[in-house]
Amino acid sequence: MISLSQFLVFGAILFSISVAGIFLNRKNILVLLMAIELMLLAVNVNFIAFSHFLGDINGQVFVFFVLTVAAAEAAIGLAILVTLFRNRRTINVEDLTEMKG
Amino acid sequence: MTLYQFLFYVFASSAVISAIRVVTVKNPVHAALFLVLTFFTTALTWILMEAEFLGIVLLLVYVGAVMVLFLFVVMMLDINLAPLREGFVRNLPVGVFVALVMVVELGLIVGSHAFGLANYPAPTPAAVGTSNTLALGSVLYTEYVYPFEIAAFILLVSIVSAIALAHRKREGALYQNIDAQVKVNRGDRIRVVKMASSTPVESEADDDTSKLSGRKAP
Repeated sequence: MISLSQFLVFGAILFSISVAGIFLNRKNILVLLMAIELMLLAVNVNFIAFSHFLGDINGQVFVFFVLTVAAAEAAIGLAILVTLFRNRRTINVEDLTEMKG
Repeated sequence: MTLYQFLFYVFASSAVISAIRVVTVKNPVHAALFLVLTFFTTALTWILMEAEFLGIVLLLVYVGAVMVLFLFVVMMLDINLAPLREGFVRNLPVGVFVALVMVVELGLIVGSHAFGLANYPAPTPAAVGTSNTLALGSVLYTEYVYPFEIAAFILLVSIVSAIALAHRKREGALYQNIDAQVKVNRGDRIRVVKMASSTPVESEADDDTSKLSGRKAP
């Protein structure tokens, strides 16, 4: 049978790939948003694996809420992106210096 | 190797490979499509772990709505890709290094010595007829009803804020003025004209004949 650690390693690999993706695509906000979605997915894999192996349904409830928040985050992030592109004609992170951050 | 193990390895490996493609592929449209594949195969592993409801929700909500939203935005924006790829090769070694270190460290933590089958034996498969949706719903609507309502409110706020952010007044577009429509009264729209009821109409016959002849002429 598949052990709990194999599911957890699967989630860990997905999480690390998305961290690497944030390093690699520092300029492209679209791929940054996709990497964040991938991170949330990896965390959800862990929640569901523990829920399955401990026989506790509460982990799945938490995944439900994470999915809700992730959908809201994606919608608002893309709306900000569209507004940004309309004003600046670019989605390059390097060009976004209005806030002097 | 049982069928369960075979399916897990197939789904997990395809999810990992497509996740790598998401962060390395050049075209954002392809990245979004690979992200769809990642979500799909991960949903299948969730179904392997008897989280059927969440697996289907991931497919319907994520692949069906959020990823279509991503694709819509990617295709709507006219992006010059060349400057966005700058620094990819320069950041490649450090990104891969950090990812490998994280995988190794997480592997040491969650490896089979701590979370193996010896410590966490595989649960017995759910009996035929047990409903994951029923189990989830019976907890969600009783114990978690207050967080559930907060989640609904978060979605509402996100809808409103997304519309408020992306909406704009365009020059020359025609909009409905609801206030003016409601405030209007009869006098603004209708003008009653007093006319004498029996005024002989002159030269109507002449007009008719000229129209007829004009139509026949060619």
